[in-house]
Amino acid sequence: MSIKYKTLSELKELLEKKDISSFELVEETFKNISSSKTNSFITLNEEVALTKAKEFDQGECEGDLAGLPIAQKDLFCTKNLRTTCGSRILENFIPPYNATVVENLSKAGSICVGKTNMDEFAMGSSNETSYFGAVKNPWDLERVPGGSSGGSAAAVAEGLVCAATGTDTGGSIRQPAALCGITGIKPTYGRASRWGMIAFASSLDQAGAFARNAEDCALLLNHICSHDEKDSTSLSNDKENYLENINNDLKGKKIGIVKEFDISNLSKEVQDSFEQSKKIFESLGANFVEVSMPNIKLSVPTYYVVAPAECSSNLSRFDGVKYGYRAENVNDLEDLYIKSRSEGFGDEVKRRILIGTYVLSAGFYDAYYKKAQQSRRMIKNDFVKAFSEVDVIMSPSSPSSAFKIGSKTEDPIEMYLEDLFTISSNLAGVPAMSIPHGFSKNLPIGLQLIGNYLEESEILNFAHQYQKNTDWHIRNPDSGDNS
Amino acid sequence: MSWETVIGLEVHAQLSTNTKLFSSASTKFGSEPNTQVDLVDLGLPGVLPVVNKDAFKKAITFGLAINADINQESTFDRKNYFYPDLPKGYQITQMTLPIVEGGSIEINVDGNIKTINITRAHLEEDAGKSIHDAYPDKSVIDLNRAGTPLLEIVSEPEISSAKEAVSYMKALHQLVTFLDVCDGDMSQGSLRCDANVSIRKVGDSELGTRTEIKNINSFKFIEKAINFEIKRQIKVLENGDKVIQETRLYDSLKDETRPMRSKEFANDYRYFPDPDLLPVIISDDEMDEIKDSFPELPNDKSKRYISELKIDENEAQIISSSRELSIFFELAVDSESDPKLAANLLVGEIGSLLNKDNIKINESNLSSDNFNTLLKRISDGTISKKIAKTVLADIWDSGKDADEIIKNQGLVQIQDESIIQDIAQKILEANPDQVAAFKAGKDKLFGFFVGQVMKETQGKANPKSVNDILKKLLS
Repeated sequence: MSIKYKTLSELKELLEKKDISSFELVEETFKNISSSKTNSFITLNEEVALTKAKEFDQGECEGDLAGLPIAQKDLFCTKNLRTTCGSRILENFIPPYNATVVENLSKAGSICVGKTNMDEFAMGSSNETSYFGAVKNPWDLERVPGGSSGGSAAAVAEGLVCAATGTDTGGSIRQPAALCGITGIKPTYGRASRWGMIAFASSLDQAGAFARNAEDCALLLNHICSHDEKDSTSLSNDKENYLENINNDLKGKKIGIVKEFDISNLSKEVQDSFEQSKKIFESLGANFVEVSMPNIKLSVPTYYVVAPAECSSNLSRFDGVKYGYRAENVNDLEDLYIKSRSEGFGDEVKRRILIGTYVLSAGFYDAYYKKAQQSRRMIKNDFVKAFSEVDVIMSPSSPSSAFKIGSKTEDPIEMYLEDLFTISSNLAGVPAMSIPHGFSKNLPIGLQLIGNYLEESEILNFAHQYQKNTDWHIRNPDSGDNS
Repeated sequence: MSWETVIGLEVHAQLSTNTKLFSSASTKFGSEPNTQVDLVDLGLPGVLPVVNKDAFKKAITFGLAINADINQESTFDRKNYFYPDLPKGYQITQMTLPIVEGGSIEINVDGNIKTINITRAHLEEDAGKSIHDAYPDKSVIDLNRAGTPLLEIVSEPEISSAKEAVSYMKALHQLVTFLDVCDGDMSQGSLRCDANVSIRKVGDSELGTRTEIKNINSFKFIEKAINFEIKRQIKVLENGDKVIQETRLYDSLKDETRPMRSKEFANDYRYFPDPDLLPVIISDDEMDEIKDSFPELPNDKSKRYISELKIDENEAQIISSSRELSIFFELAVDSESDPKLAANLLVGEIGSLLNKDNIKINESNLSSDNFNTLLKRISDGTISKKIAKTVLADIWDSGKDADEIIKNQGLVQIQDESIIQDIAQKILEANPDQVAAFKAGKDKLFGFFVGQVMKETQGKANPKSVNDILKKLLS
């Protein structure tokens, strides 16, 4: 029996019915990974995974996700399993502890088969900045899978695993989900613990999930999200069951279309898919309202001050002194710092550290960092106002479908515009997701649904109802006609 | 030309919490290197800080004691710089919105009271320790101290001499130890200060260029370092040169200050709000709780000792000025033990024993319980005050129970007047010449007779009975 492209819920049922054992499932997974050409994984966890599968088969472990193989983005610390964050500087780093998200998913019984490839320190929108090589899009191996969680997205899209974790700082779950034709969700900032997530930009980073559909994403969020005393920014709200409202009726619901998100410049296919999806939601009884979010145009510049500022400080700990890469043949302490960091970090990471250092410097702080904090507040207020009028906001997930590897690496600004539609929800901290909703020249296109604070259930409800009435999420790279 | 000195002190008080400011590792001093560290202190990838509310309680207690404003919402910032003993590459501190602002401390210099205003007191984490002399070819790092909570207390530049600086530091020392905010152990670095020193011509309104002397860790060195620095600056200016704004170190062996490598400290710290920590909100309930458990301060204690316990003013002040002594005193005194006697012994006999051994009362063999027993035995007449001193000396060495010493050494006072009378009779009979002289008007000889009786009884006779009986026999 082929397990490729099976959903989390389908595999769960097969396991429950004992149509397949966890051991077979995990063994098959590693077989598929070894024949894959997408370079989705940095480190495999074969021995431990097979042992855990055996334990499940012997009835020794329980849980909502028991016996199911999943992949972890290589940004989550995994105890005794190498965690590189896609960087040479952590090439040999083996954490002594588990991230809370990893711990939660492990407690639910899932089996981590390996750590997925990613842009170095999650800085990138194409997965080309990884020290471990670019990830290839399973729909077209010459193209990028998006980033930064490109390995997780590609692994799910290729059917290697039915689910994977990701992190989203400016679109790092939604954009690769869109470019790989799968479903990905980033919950409200503070819903999932950041303990053990290697920090890029602390005030924006949020863990989330990739799966083949919204229902599976809801099931995953039930375990990924938790209040955590180890994370001071963790929200204390009661845990909710994200599957509970997934079948609610959409009649009379209001969907906001952001006036300032101009899609008239985007490709015809992106525009057409958007119009078609509007019609589907209309047929389900939802209404469309235009909302004005005048400050949303400040999102990209605001982000590219806030995120680098935080990253320049967060990445200071990688200094060659305590762990990670240390340059050899150094003369003194300063030389050790300079060489270790110069050799350990890639270009994009260095670029952002430099930008961040600059915007926080004496004399520039007010002009950049302080101003960015002000515009961030204005963007937040735009969301608060918009959500007083509508239930969800809808937009394309990314400006285009997957682009060719190497085509944007020389132009950082164009690369940064990949996150045009996704960045604002990180700045505001609201939940958002991407679902497949069409194709452009055989390449998937994503639809973004943004929800109000703590309204993950609402967007999951919209996505699930959409997927009950469409089949875009069922398509896969082997399914033939994708027009 | 005459010069005046302007000094501002930045004092770092290590807060006596059990755990660190942002981690649950212990803060105990003197452990094996790198044993008091957890994931957070190591600055591992992915770890996050969580504030220790106990550190806030202590900071607020200090703030209340100096009549400062307490910011019930305060924030943390990151101070970014690279150093091997700073594992995260930044220090978490309160730059923008500190927990304590304003307030003042009174100092007493040669009987003159002066008020020094406090600018602010903020919480921050300490760094680890770089050790350069343990191995010939490498430096090593001990992170035990990394993350220890510090309260940095910043004074206004209102201190005008080294002597005042020492008084200020002593006043702070007394306050923080009394409040149980800091153990005050300067030799272990629990309380240390940076002094900002500048001079100007008398009458000038503008401040001169200041230098900062880092990490001075004793009262003596504060005085010496500042005095050296004042002299140095005067010399520089009188030679027509300019004082350079720089950080200097005090070398106690050479008794001089000298510049630290300036390159290392010419940092742009790129302060910004720490995104890992939300503003810390102290509720009104929490404030009330802190106010309710606020300790009695030395002045109030002293007044209470004088009015309620009828203690001599000088003794009351001595006992109340030390946290350890006052705790000991209050534990030892109860309804059956005389507070005046207790104060008298504590300041007199015990005080000199403490001085001799250079220890604190809680480090001695004398427990408050045992002292209480001793006081009771004096009050109930079992032993005399004189014998009490013998017992005390024994306890001081052996730590034995007072009752046990009294019993084993047969020190119980002779109360039986017929025994004393027999002894007194014998003494008088053996010294007829002295008796004659006394009767002829040499009153001073009375002491001689008392002494002889005491000698015969090895000091155990009740002194009052001896007096009464001798008077009767000699009349």
